[in-house]
Amino acid sequence: MKRAGFDNPWLPILLLLPQLSIICLFFYWPAWQALRSSFFLEDPFGFGETFVGLQNYTRLWDSPQYMKNAWFTLWFSFLVTFFSLAIALLLAVKADTVLRGARTYRTLLMWVYAVAPPVAGFIALILFNQRWGPLTEAFAQFGWLLRVRLEYFDTAFAMIVASVWKQVPVNFIFFLSGLQSIPRAVREAALIDNRSGISRFWTVTFPLLAPTGFFLLIINITYSLFDTFGMIDTILRNNPGDQPVTLVYQVYLDGFRGQDIGGSSAQSVVLMVLVLALTVFQFRLVERRIHYT
Amino acid sequence: MARVTLDRVHKVYPNGFEAVRPTSFQIEDGEFLVLVGPSGCGKSTLLRMIAGLEDITGGTLTIDGREVNSVGPADRDIAMVFQNYALYPHMTVRRNIAYGLANRGTPRDRIAAKVEEAARMLNLTDHLDRKPAQLSGGQRQRVAMGRAIVRDPALFLFDEPLSNLDAKLRNQMRIEIKALQRRLGVTSIYVTHDQVEAMTMADRIIVLNGGVIEQIGTPAEIYHSPASTFVASFMGAPPMNLIEAAFETGAVRLPDGTAVMDAPGGRSGPITLGIRPEDVRLGRGSATFDVALVEELGAHRLLHGKLSGQPFTAHALKESDATTGSHRIDLPFEALALFDRETGMRL
Ligand SMILES: Nc1ncnc2c1ncn2[C@@H]1O[C@H](COP(=O)(O)OP(=O)(O)OP(=O)(O)O)[C@@H](O)[C@H]1O
Ligand SMILES: [Mg+2]
Repeated sequence: MKRAGFDNPWLPILLLLPQLSIICLFFYWPAWQALRSSFFLEDPFGFGETFVGLQNYTRLWDSPQYMKNAWFTLWFSFLVTFFSLAIALLLAVKADTVLRGARTYRTLLMWVYAVAPPVAGFIALILFNQRWGPLTEAFAQFGWLLRVRLEYFDTAFAMIVASVWKQVPVNFIFFLSGLQSIPRAVREAALIDNRSGISRFWTVTFPLLAPTGFFLLIINITYSLFDTFGMIDTILRNNPGDQPVTLVYQVYLDGFRGQDIGGSSAQSVVLMVLVLALTVFQFRLVERRIHYT
Repeated sequence: MARVTLDRVHKVYPNGFEAVRPTSFQIEDGEFLVLVGPSGCGKSTLLRMIAGLEDITGGTLTIDGREVNSVGPADRDIAMVFQNYALYPHMTVRRNIAYGLANRGTPRDRIAAKVEEAARMLNLTDHLDRKPAQLSGGQRQRVAMGRAIVRDPALFLFDEPLSNLDAKLRNQMRIEIKALQRRLGVTSIYVTHDQVEAMTMADRIIVLNGGVIEQIGTPAEIYHSPASTFVASFMGAPPMNLIEAAFETGAVRLPDGTAVMDAPGGRSGPITLGIRPEDVRLGRGSATFDVALVEELGAHRLLHGKLSGQPFTAHALKESDATTGSHRIDLPFEALALFDRETGMRL
């Protein structure tokens, strides 16, 4: 292959400059700022700062509120990811038998993806409205009086339902195209080799979907951690009280509402480490192991 | 081991296209039947109906006396080899071969023994722990065969299993498959559009055209007495010469008036005359063959040109001094086939 060369050594740098400056301006610089601030205690009125070492971090560790929200975030992420993937997979498998090759449906289904997170939260609020929400009424039929924004558990439930509802279409689209890219003859060979549909799914279809699945797993964990912010904000109407919030929302609360810049920076750093770990996990485990040609 | 019977089996696809018209035939126990025909004639559709991968629109399909129209593919006691092998890409060769057995509750040690045996038979022993992506096309083809034979099915189905291989490998695998089938004695249905495969492998051939059976017969019957102009032109390389001729004044005559045979029973009207290139006798006779091109094939030569204004090919032995120009030829009476000009059916 021919190697492209530049006569002027500054030209490639010039071409890279816009991209690099965007990365620096919107990623490295704030990240550095957060890291720095996490070691200082800042005066809320901006009159100065004091170096406090790791105190902002130990404060998080010692805060029962923070640990409670950390646990909530963990469960929230796990449940949202699990149900978003499971429901989407189930729907995709069912749709696959009907939709073989019908692309128009796919585009139609993709529309739900375009719903903005705050709008998703707003729709959840309508569904779970205390007086006339259809879901509230439906659960009331079974004797469960849902009190979203009043009961901790009920709020968490509404958040999870809304987040899952919003994410299922995306996963569905990916799973469906994953399923449709499994060669027809391979499925047919399995049909001859194995009479049990469930066993066929777990031994042939599911392993062949694994690359799609792992990709979606990462996407969904990231989604549940970060992209649910707008939806949570709408459901809580900016007034969390003692209702559940995720760690990302906690950063916002402590930083912008509580004016605790140091503490919220430390929280941001914790989240950055989490993302880093997730990325490493993706590259190390997933990219290496799961692919067939 | 089984006898397969199709009774007026036909197929209409959901879009209303009738891919296979009502078709009846029977395959005997241990027979190697080849379904041959041009692309789109419904070979795969017919085979897939037998496999249970495609619904049967009408008629009955019986395998070993049992009607299987509504029996699932896994319960028909069949094994199929697909054109692109259809191996499970995430399983090793060993697991690929064992998969069908494991799902049928075969004991582990028995599976292991059968896989080893099949691998030995197919020269795959060294590759058992590889994934299909790490195998050559020919090896994948063997794995697909292995997957079929370990099951000891009543019926083998092949859908153009060799068409993705190069010519040399195809010849070799053709012989291996045929030998394997002989040894195992399993009834087999083999789909191909390659007439050489059909001729060399089949006990009996079914020639399919546009969803209709044109002819059923042994390779020799199909070759030497084709039932229609379609079969005559489809089987054989080069195919049978088909020349427009007519019954005139008590003889079959070429357009230039040359009489080639006496007309049976004083008939009249246009017909199509067929003769295989190798049955043409060069050097003497009443017809004139204008040779335009001599094709040297080493073992023999092919002469291409015109007979009475129509394209014609004749076969010449390698020691003959065939040249371009006019040749006298004889069309031996016993080698001629007469077809109805309208319907193409043999008279
Ligand atoms: N699912 C389908 N719906 C409608 N028509 C179909 C369908 N599958 C096949 N056909 C049509 O049925 C006819 C027979 O198809 P089939 O696949 O049996 O051909 P074939 O003889 O195997 O050809 P080839 O040698 O190209 O494999 C074709 O004209 C094809 O277009
Ligand atoms: Mg076909």
